[in-house]
Amino acid sequence: MIDQRLPEMPCRELVEVITDYLEDRLSPIDRSRFEAHLAECEPCRLYLEQFRQTIRALGRMPEESLSSETRGALLAAFRGWSSH
Amino acid sequence: MGIESNDHALLTALRDGDERVFSDLVERWSGLMLRLALAHVESRAIAEEVVQDAWLTVLRSLHRFEGRSTLRTWVLGIVVNLARSRSRAERRATLASSESIVDPARFLAADHPRWPHHWAVEPVPWRTPEDNLLADETRNVILEAVEGLPAPQREVLVLRDFEGLTGGEVCNILRLTDTHQRVLLHRARSRIRNALERYFAAPETT
Repeated sequence: MIDQRLPEMPCRELVEVITDYLEDRLSPIDRSRFEAHLAECEPCRLYLEQFRQTIRALGRMPEESLSSETRGALLAAFRGWSSH
Repeated sequence: MGIESNDHALLTALRDGDERVFSDLVERWSGLMLRLALAHVESRAIAEEVVQDAWLTVLRSLHRFEGRSTLRTWVLGIVVNLARSRSRAERRATLASSESIVDPARFLAADHPRWPHHWAVEPVPWRTPEDNLLADETRNVILEAVEGLPAPQREVLVLRDFEGLTGGEVCNILRLTDTHQRVLLHRARSRIRNALERYFAAPETT
């Protein structure tokens, strides 16, 4: 149920607080305003879905790794370090 | 706070000179360390140097590690400090500025009679199935956008979204308040979304 007494959360405010929403850091009132707005606003639902897609894509980027030269140098340093 | 039991085993092995344990840690954490270094230095070669320095610092300082944080938090904090000091030497810090999450021109004015601050230019669906977000070309769009981020935003994005660390650990590594961490994360994510939007939702030529 939408609480009619709460001031509406306009689109411009909603896009500012999406991470707070996803991290569950909105106040209960703002969370209600957020969800009430979302239920009524197709473009904001699309925006939120694209935001989530972005986060998922970031979590699946290829790994970086050190060059074998640097790794070799580090292992040599470790051997030197542990023999003291 | 005592040293976590998992860290305790690692520390004992390292102090005993267990090369396999050291090599395994280097393997597991160096990719993230490189990404953190690249938030501050221009070249891949310098980032490698920073990560190497960080591991050498870890070895030199290991006897002083007291377990006030986890070993990983401590190691990542070291690489962040080294990378930050390298960037000060290399180039002037870019000024932080207040910025809009989405171009303000895409919203109606505050005094609009019916829809104040609602979309004037709505987002449109991306003309791509989600699998395409993993295509090489899309990855390049993302990586380029990440390279364009201010360093503080990039640090948080790498730790949170590339690597999936918790907000709490990221605050400890970067010495940020929880609120500041979320502000930086949100700005960074929004910029990457905007870059993907420019790429996927460019108006079709008719």
